[in-house]
Amino acid sequence: MRARLQELGATLAARGRHVQVMEVCGSHTMSIARFGLRDLLPLNVTLISGPGCPVCVTAPGYIDAAIELARRGVIVATFGDMLHVPGSDSSLADCRAAGGRIEVCYSPRGSLALAQANPGCGVVFLGIGFETTIAPVVSLLTRAAEARVTNLSLLTSFKLVPPALRAVLDDPGVKVDAFLCPAHVSAIIGLQPYEPFARKYGKPCVVAGFEPLDILAGLCAILAQVQEGRAEVENEYDRVVRPEGNPKARAVMERFLQPADAQWRGIGMLPASGLALRPEFADYDAEKRFGFSVGPGREPAGCLCGEVIKGKLAPPRCPLFATRCTPTAPVGPCMVSSEGTCAAWYKYERNQANG
Amino acid sequence: MCLAIPMKIAQIGADGMAVADLDGARQDVDLSLINEVRVGDYVIIHAGYAIEKLHEAEAAEQVALFRELTEAWQNSQPKPR
Repeated sequence: MRARLQELGATLAARGRHVQVMEVCGSHTMSIARFGLRDLLPLNVTLISGPGCPVCVTAPGYIDAAIELARRGVIVATFGDMLHVPGSDSSLADCRAAGGRIEVCYSPRGSLALAQANPGCGVVFLGIGFETTIAPVVSLLTRAAEARVTNLSLLTSFKLVPPALRAVLDDPGVKVDAFLCPAHVSAIIGLQPYEPFARKYGKPCVVAGFEPLDILAGLCAILAQVQEGRAEVENEYDRVVRPEGNPKARAVMERFLQPADAQWRGIGMLPASGLALRPEFADYDAEKRFGFSVGPGREPAGCLCGEVIKGKLAPPRCPLFATRCTPTAPVGPCMVSSEGTCAAWYKYERNQANG
Repeated sequence: MCLAIPMKIAQIGADGMAVADLDGARQDVDLSLINEVRVGDYVIIHAGYAIEKLHEAEAAEQVALFRELTEAWQNSQPKPR
């Protein structure tokens, strides 16, 4: 596989061609870092990270809102990787240390159990994620209705991957020749959403799994397309991803959610790039129930996460990287998210930064 | 967050829940996002929900390819003296 990659790279190098591939998904970023795949690449192929880390693209105001709910006595249930993300002033971990009731759940179902165990208390689940996570989170509401649980609601920050890819392609400051597309988001959405990027923008889009050989296979497929002058959507993860995706999961999402504009940290507002609860489910919408709106919050001074998630800045080029901003004392979310680009570089690739 | 893992369905319960197994580690999994799951199927699990089935034929093909590539790579390595 490595030989094939080198061979394809060499053919393109001979034509003076440099290929910059954006790997979109935070899980790909982590795998690439953990398995040292950057070292296996031909010199004329570079990988840049994209905005596929849901925690990293969530505005600090969302954390502020969650902290405010906890201060009001609400039980805040969350996925673990939100715990240390800095809001404008504080994090959920700090809030918990100060007595806030923050409960970490592996599955959104955990919040249902909390609601049933604490009938006198409001429980809000922090629904953050892309398509892979959105379906499980809203699925929770079907079970909540069946169990007649009325004290559970969601603070949603659901975002969609394809609009972010379009924003990247429309940004003149970002050079992307091809996309390594997410594995499990694609299992939900299928291949069709990537078609415009291949057809209209001329960018090869290859869906790849997270194992190191899956990623290398994906990169080989990309380079083969570039070499042959093709720009197509290809599925290198067909043991899981069906071309049509998962229609049942999408139907669940469709039932509870409608398109909404969304604020992406570092990118700004992207129209119809998110999903919000439909008005008939207002009882499950924490913003409606508790009567507030999530604001943007304040970005920490000097934080360049926005540049990192657009692939414009590699983490070691951020002046705060590994100096003022570390996993135990992060300035921005990219350093502390389990899928954050800076976290991946800090943990696995710092010899690259120094070398 | 997207790092879902493949596990085998060991038991299917009532009401859309199942027990999945990976080498003895067991986990409850919600099947409401997929169709036609049977005991013995492998599913990809994310946040306690099965989001897709692992398609056996393609999986077997990919595993065979990886094995072939690994062997080819191993054979190309210099042998220790």
